[in-house]
Amino acid sequence: MGTALDIKIKRANKVYHCGEILSGVVIITSKDTVQHQGISLTMEGLVNLQLSAKSVGVFEAFYNSVKYTLRCDMRRSLLAKDLTKTCEFIVHSLSQKGKLMPSPVDFTITPETLQNVKERASLPKFLIRGHLSSTNCIITQPLTGELVVENAEAAVKSIELQLVRVETCGCAEGYARDATEIQNIQIADGDVCRGLPVPIYMVFPRLFTCPTLETTNFKVEFEVNIVVLLHDDHLITENFPLKLCRM
Amino acid sequence: GSRRALRGRGRALGSPLASGPPVTCRHARSRNYVSESEVYKLESVPLDFGDYHPLKPITVTESKTKKMSRKGSTSSTSSSSSSSMMDPLSSVLDGTDPLSLFAAAADPVTTTSTMDSTRKKRDKDDSSAVGSDFEPWSSKRSEILARYTTTEKLSINSNILSFAGKAATPGSAVSEKVRTRLEELDDLEEGSQKELLNLTQQDYMNRIEELNQSLKDAWSSDQKVKALKIVIQCSKLLSDTTVIQFYPSKFVLITDILDTFGKLVYERILSMCMDNRASLPDNFSPESVNDTAKETCLNWFFKIASIRELIPRLYVEAAILKCNKFLSKMGISECLPRLTSMIRGIGDPLVAVYARAYLCRVGMEVAPQLKESLNKNFFDFLLTFKQIHGDTVQNQLVAQCVEIPLYLTLYSPAIDWILQCIAYRAPEVLLTEMMERCKKLGNNALLLNSVMSAFRAEFIAARSMDFIGMIKECDESGFPKHLLFRSLGLNLALADPPENDRLQILNEAWKVITKLKNPQDYINCAEVWVEYTCRHFTKREVNTVLADVIKHMTPDRAFEDAYPQLQSIIQKVITYIHDFSLLFSVEKFLPFLDMFQKECVRVEVCKCIMEAFIKHQQESTKDPVILNALLHICKTMHDSVNALTLEDEKRMLAALINGFIKMVSFGRDFEQQLSFYVEARSMFCNLEPVLVQLIHSVNQLAMETRKVMKGNHSRKTAAFVRACVAFCFITIPSLSSIFARLNLYLHSGQVALANQCLSQADAFFKAAVSLVPEVPKMINIDGKMRPSDSFLLEFLCNFFSTLLVVPDHPEQGVLFLVRGLLNVIQDYTWEDNSDDKIRIYTNVLHLLSAMTQETYIYHVDKVDSNDTLYGGDSKFLAEINKLCETVIAQILDHLKTLGKEETLKRQSQLALYFFNTILAHGDLRNNKLNQLSVNLWNLAQKHGFADTKTMVKTLEYIKRRSKQPEMSHFTDLALRLPLQSRT
Repeated sequence: MGTALDIKIKRANKVYHCGEILSGVVIITSKDTVQHQGISLTMEGLVNLQLSAKSVGVFEAFYNSVKYTLRCDMRRSLLAKDLTKTCEFIVHSLSQKGKLMPSPVDFTITPETLQNVKERASLPKFLIRGHLSSTNCIITQPLTGELVVENAEAAVKSIELQLVRVETCGCAEGYARDATEIQNIQIADGDVCRGLPVPIYMVFPRLFTCPTLETTNFKVEFEVNIVVLLHDDHLITENFPLKLCRM
Repeated sequence: GSRRALRGRGRALGSPLASGPPVTCRHARSRNYVSESEVYKLESVPLDFGDYHPLKPITVTESKTKKMSRKGSTSSTSSSSSSSMMDPLSSVLDGTDPLSLFAAAADPVTTTSTMDSTRKKRDKDDSSAVGSDFEPWSSKRSEILARYTTTEKLSINSNILSFAGKAATPGSAVSEKVRTRLEELDDLEEGSQKELLNLTQQDYMNRIEELNQSLKDAWSSDQKVKALKIVIQCSKLLSDTTVIQFYPSKFVLITDILDTFGKLVYERILSMCMDNRASLPDNFSPESVNDTAKETCLNWFFKIASIRELIPRLYVEAAILKCNKFLSKMGISECLPRLTSMIRGIGDPLVAVYARAYLCRVGMEVAPQLKESLNKNFFDFLLTFKQIHGDTVQNQLVAQCVEIPLYLTLYSPAIDWILQCIAYRAPEVLLTEMMERCKKLGNNALLLNSVMSAFRAEFIAARSMDFIGMIKECDESGFPKHLLFRSLGLNLALADPPENDRLQILNEAWKVITKLKNPQDYINCAEVWVEYTCRHFTKREVNTVLADVIKHMTPDRAFEDAYPQLQSIIQKVITYIHDFSLLFSVEKFLPFLDMFQKECVRVEVCKCIMEAFIKHQQESTKDPVILNALLHICKTMHDSVNALTLEDEKRMLAALINGFIKMVSFGRDFEQQLSFYVEARSMFCNLEPVLVQLIHSVNQLAMETRKVMKGNHSRKTAAFVRACVAFCFITIPSLSSIFARLNLYLHSGQVALANQCLSQADAFFKAAVSLVPEVPKMINIDGKMRPSDSFLLEFLCNFFSTLLVVPDHPEQGVLFLVRGLLNVIQDYTWEDNSDDKIRIYTNVLHLLSAMTQETYIYHVDKVDSNDTLYGGDSKFLAEINKLCETVIAQILDHLKTLGKEETLKRQSQLALYFFNTILAHGDLRNNKLNQLSVNLWNLAQKHGFADTKTMVKTLEYIKRRSKQPEMSHFTDLALRLPLQSRT
């Protein structure tokens, strides 16, 4: 154990907003005296650009590639190695002003409401009803709602909530669209009781969601799919676009 | 007749000696025991019992003047009780013995009582703790594990067991780290799930224990993600219902792991809240939790919220429910209802009900005041109740070949638990409402059973007739009816139904029970109802019930599979019927015992009965019904003893039989008493302690007879006493323990002597003398080999003391028995380097000097000892003197052999011992003896091994004695005894 460098940011959750001061301390631990030729602190905001696989000559930058780091360097003499310590932190956009309008959605799923069905006749009969409390969501609050399997000929195997992030980026030459499943939550396992409301409840993952963003060249949007898997391997999906915001 | 013959002999011996030469060399000084005793006896002081007595109860009072921090300080003062007690020891027994008083005043109790009061206070404040009247989960655990077992093969996901434990690369950015972690989680969730098949139940349990251990290991080596993975994988096992009959046990095992995890997480976060100074108080508020701890806690919840599958997500979040306390005040009360409704997503009703049970369990522990969620869980369960009869469940049961009644019993532990939580300190109204709700559902037997298991026994007992009605209405094909009656019976064993209903309840219940065809079902039910019967009814009903049990359990030897239950029936019967004449007049009681045909069980049952008898029988008895039955029972116990029986077992059986023998008394009918002992001897001949007890009992009987006759036996009582003596004489040789035989010979000899059976007493003593050579050097005491010398020494001294008063036999020589014993001692092979023989010889000198006295120090009433027989005849005295000389010569020879370097210390000690003997008993006016004592004195000091202090004290004693009348020769002696100063 020689000399060690550590960065301690004051906020435990490492979340900062535009215009705030990031403060903390650099801790140097050493048994003996330390000689150095200066300690420097660097802050870095990085967007990782990569060549699009779809359209030639276009760079793409997606949510996952945005990163903020704090870096501390200690320069030392020739004999000792320079020391470096990095520490990631998170920048939240400022809370949006104005009031969020709740937008509840009721839904009914039956064989008849489905699209993309090849042989509608072979489908088992079912009636699934439910609602989402709101498709306008505050990012720090869970997505809630209820779902009732009123009846279903085939046994239910599983009901899941699939959270999808859709990123679009590009310009006049063309758009790249990337849909990623960022979370999948099972809300029912096995043949649930008919007529009994099952809660819909999903916490938005902190690191993979951000407020819905729409600019000319860059869009980050979110959707939730309610996926019902029946025992005869029929897969029923109902899609709901979400609007996330930070309040 | 023999007494007169002895006297005659004494006179005959006296005449020739009267004319012989006077005895010149007398060894023993003459004593006047009466005057000596008057001089030396302690002054008796009248005791005032009101005052301090060391054995009186001590009351302990905590001194309140001292600082409270020194709690341990107690001062003991003796209280003066006003009642004067005859025996201070007996007062110890009446419940106020000093030890229990100390214990009562000791610290732990006071602290618990203060704890109790603070707890009560807290209960009042926020009822955040469950009282001790709530039966905890831990007491249910083992019961469930024992009941829900399987012989089928189980399987477990193998990659749970092979956690690679990929170390997260240090220094990587947080989001990356989290990402890899989440990927790892997914890995495990989606990854190829190899199943480890063909595990036996035990293997399976071992694996789960391994997981529990690896959870702790992972945690302690700071691999928190791995720990979480293990927990997720474990809780996933709970969604698997293959081998469904094992599910309740699986639930128990896995929730143990979850509990461990919950505790680890909670304690970890709590430790983060620790300030430099102190940890948080018990009821901390979220404001006092620092940000780092909060953030860590939040992280756990986020991580868990992202678990893909429903069941692990539910269980793991429930496991750390308590951690909500770090985040917000309302956390738990918001979380519980959410988790409760989340369970609705579980399709399998059995899996769901156990999840509810777990949630209630955690809820009761963390926030028992939140009753709403408990009720909600139960109502939700009722809503899904119909699923049990749905296709999905039925198909599963067909596939697993599980019958509906068995399947329904799998629900019981969970529902019982939920209802128990609900019923805890719940108002009567709520219980009634719950009951009504259950009633409304179709096949409600399962619920009914759980209501009976979970609700207060008083509540159930008061509505017994209602319950019987409901049980009767239940569907035959559903939940097993006998279990319902069993549950009802369990309640009635704890609480009493209304007086007027009692008989009807028994009749109604038994009507159903007696119709049960399966003997196991029958006995499980009957076992419980026996207690109710014994509690409220007479021997007639108990007899009927026992008869019914016999009738059901005898065909096809069904009793062989029901020993525990049958044993418990006996236990219950003897718990309630303490009157043994009543018990044995229950006609079917003994036939019931005949069902215990496996010997070890039969003996166990007999032991129980005997223990109860010894505990509860207050007075001795001669009731032939009791005697016959108990002799039969004791005989059964005795006959179970064989070569393989352990010593402890034998000791225990013997103690029980002895307890019985001591309780048998025929009052003044001594002959009947003796014949009982004779019968007992023939029955219990294989248990030595019983034979020993019988010998003591018979000896006691002889002494009782003597007491009744005030020492003057009639022809009839003399014959009876001789019969007693004969009993002992022929019984003793059958004992194997040599010291038991020796002591009993001596003891019985003394009894014979006391009853004027002189020749019989002689026979006992002769037998003892001839037995001494057989004493081995080592004897077995409590399984350890120990040298026998100290026992032999003790016995011989005791024996010699008795021989003082035994009159010589007319046809044998003078001091026949003493000489015989001395010869035996002479020939006995003593330990090479021991002085025991010489110590005995020295003691023999004490005896011989006592024998030369005109009147002996003690006598046996109505028996003339040698002092009277010989009347101080000089030839008799000469014989004794000759014996003395022989013995002294032996001692001196031995002292000479101790002249070697390494034995000088022993020589010194023995010389002093011998010197003291002469000083106490010898006549020091006898010059030879006087010179001998001076020589011994010098010998003791010669090599510097004598203790100077002792020598000084001895000399002082001699000087003091010399001042007494007729002791002036001690002055000369003192002058001849030099004190050697050590250099």
